Amino acid sequence: MIDIGLSHYLFLAAIIFIIGIIGIFLNRKNVIIILMSIELILLAVNINLVSFSIFTNDLTGQIFTMFILTVAAAEAAIGLAIIVVYYRNRGTITVDDINSLKG
Amino acid sequence: MIAHAIFFYFFSTIAVFSAIMVVASKNTVHSVFYLILDFISVSCLFIMIGAEFLGMIMLIVYVGAVAVLFLFVVMMLNVAQQQKNLFKKSISLSHISFGSIISLIVFFELIIVIGGWKYRPDVLKFSSIPFDENFTNTQLLGNVIYTDYIHLFQIAGFILLVSMIGAIVLTYRKREGVKKQSYFKQISREREEGVELLEVESNKGVKIDD
Repeated sequence: MIDIGLSHYLFLAAIIFIIGIIGIFLNRKNVIIILMSIELILLAVNINLVSFSIFTNDLTGQIFTMFILTVAAAEAAIGLAIIVVYYRNRGTITVDDINSLKG
Repeated sequence: MIAHAIFFYFFSTIAVFSAIMVVASKNTVHSVFYLILDFISVSCLFIMIGAEFLGMIMLIVYVGAVAVLFLFVVMMLNVAQQQKNLFKKSISLSHISFGSIISLIVFFELIIVIGGWKYRPDVLKFSSIPFDENFTNTQLLGNVIYTDYIHLFQIAGFILLVSMIGAIVLTYRKREGVKKQSYFKQISREREEGVELLEVESNKGVKIDD
């Protein structure tokens, strides 16, 4: 318990990852919560990569984390733009009401 | 070592709690704030284990840009009004069992992977870019990212450019009835369309805007 190793960080990342997945499944309020859950999942992946990078003494994980940060920022910008356009057209972003594609 | 343990448990407890609150919070603005708290505590963890540059970048990118963007969109879209409509409907609970089954399966898979890593710690012996103790974390990253990873770095820049253009194109709209100055029209005017020469009879004048 006292000796913090790699597996502690991996457990933390797994818990945050699962909370993100639960957030995607259980959410019925609006799409913004789903986007935030995706951010949580990416955060868990970043924790994994950084902790492996530190504990295996290899810098590659941190470089990859930077690219994941870039892609996450781009994805958030595009997703929020799509949500804004959808709200402008339909007047709602509730998950149950978004059924134009009949998916 | 004990300080490391104390700080780890402190920050990770805050991180897990705020991650739960992001999902469970009724008010969307509150969940954005919990998301900010989550990112701050995880970046504290990063700084604590020695990835200072990434911790600071997380603070700048997520707390400074992405979370504020979320907050801006949440406040602009008037989500709070929709929640009143939501509680009138009867919400079906069938998706909850489905989601929790799938997330439990994923969780146990992750735990199995972590356990395998714990009992075989010598799986990954080599390291392609080892740490040099003489340099700081930022210097190490800078040494690598502008030399070995320069193409990936530039592609990341292109991704940001494309997403910026995409966001602008998606949200741009032309409104009818808005008077705007058009430089192109002003510059490309010719004398023939601007000036009209008339033969004016005396004592009669000219009618304009007929």
